[in-house]
Amino acid sequence: MKIRIVESSLDPADALIDTVHPPGTPWVKLVKAGQTFRIVDLEGNQAVDTLFYNAADLSERYSLLHTMLAQNNLYLGVGTAIMSSENRPMMTITADTCGRHDTVGGGCCSSESNTVRHGLDKRFMHSCRDNFMLAIGEHPAGFQKRDVVSNINFFMNVPMTSAGRLTYEDGISGPGKYVEMRAEMDVLVVISNCPQLNNPANGYNPTPVRYLVWDAPVTVASPT
Amino acid sequence: MSTQAAGAALMFEDLPKLARDAVPEHSTRYSPELELWREEMPGGCHWSGLLRRGNTLRVTARGANANVSALFYNFEDRGERYNMPDTLKIQSTAFIRKGLVCYSDMGRVLCSVADSNCAWHDTIGGLIDGPTVERRYGVRRFQEHRNDMFRNAHDGFLTELGKWGLGRRDLVPNVNFFSKVQVDDDGAMSFAPAHSKDGDFVDLRFEMNVLVVLASAPHRLDLSPTYAPPTVELQCWRSGTAGKDDPCRQAMPENRRGFMNTERYYL
Repeated sequence: MKIRIVESSLDPADALIDTVHPPGTPWVKLVKAGQTFRIVDLEGNQAVDTLFYNAADLSERYSLLHTMLAQNNLYLGVGTAIMSSENRPMMTITADTCGRHDTVGGGCCSSESNTVRHGLDKRFMHSCRDNFMLAIGEHPAGFQKRDVVSNINFFMNVPMTSAGRLTYEDGISGPGKYVEMRAEMDVLVVISNCPQLNNPANGYNPTPVRYLVWDAPVTVASPT
Repeated sequence: MSTQAAGAALMFEDLPKLARDAVPEHSTRYSPELELWREEMPGGCHWSGLLRRGNTLRVTARGANANVSALFYNFEDRGERYNMPDTLKIQSTAFIRKGLVCYSDMGRVLCSVADSNCAWHDTIGGLIDGPTVERRYGVRRFQEHRNDMFRNAHDGFLTELGKWGLGRRDLVPNVNFFSKVQVDDDGAMSFAPAHSKDGDFVDLRFEMNVLVVLASAPHRLDLSPTYAPPTVELQCWRSGTAGKDDPCRQAMPENRRGFMNTERYYL
């Protein structure tokens, strides 16, 4: 996927929802088919760990592999169809001023992976999975841990080399950059705004992000 | 920082004696008298079973261009399962090979790749499904072809998962043993043809009690127009767990910690 920067024509003044999400907390919202969802990286290189579920059948959810295979590409950007476990498009990325987003590294940080990656003494540091577990624990749908699958890391840069190395690199995002996507079905958006303090991807400084939702454009029937 | 765990051993050497003694000094090498059972799995088919901690599953390709899709679940707590991003991120790798391990989402080692003469096992190529099989090979139904029908790994996995009370919510990114998928600088994925040969094998040493689900259907990205997945042989042998000096454990500090998490679970 060649990096493409495509700006949006949507005006924040017209948004239905416009909210700031602090780091280290979960966020859950229903986005309806046809609506547009924007995530703004307010201060730059903040990992936004994101999952999508089909609101009508939560057993259909974001699939990292189906998304990669639909594009035959590891990274997400403008034009990417974000695919479900049933190989159906859930979202389409329509605008992006960052250029590339990670999913292959989307295991989401957890107390347990932190002990392995960063040291056994990191067990009690806050993590994305703690956010996800709290979000699903409070949600009435009866989610279980098995429903927390590998996610998208918006604004993260985790390149893979042809020789098979995988590394966290400095982000290519920056203050005010955003990614925007159109919902292709009614989706439940579940996000952890990442609290990871152990790797340099976010400059060791988790920061807030902003979400906006616009209604589907009104189509005017042409006079016959 | 204030939330750091105080008092816990951070290195294997600092563990109490009983905990250290639970780990064998050395890993066991294969020899024929250690074998427990053996089974032949025809190409395209699906299999599942329990592999206990301390046993090794040797998977051997009995033909060229084999592909064995695999998923791993903690047998006692099936919500704990192979986690592809954690496996890759922890070990800074895009693929599985001898000397690396498969991590669960709980920071534990489900199995370690104690040996393999195949240098690259795919982690990003997914599972072939019914529509892909039909597009690539056409239709070969049971009604006309009986057990020579075309099979696909996605349906095979769902079939096996159902036997253990699991289902589509549990179908997560899998490993494809004997296959190779590379990416270029722009992230474009490509399947390496003619990657594996007859006789290629991988030794999966189970460090936990693991529900193993396998399918020997073609790789999803294999563009060969002929449906001819070779037979694979499954052999289980009594290896014991990774020793103190095991290369998988000693490969990197991360894996030393992963093994400590795993061994604590069984104390």
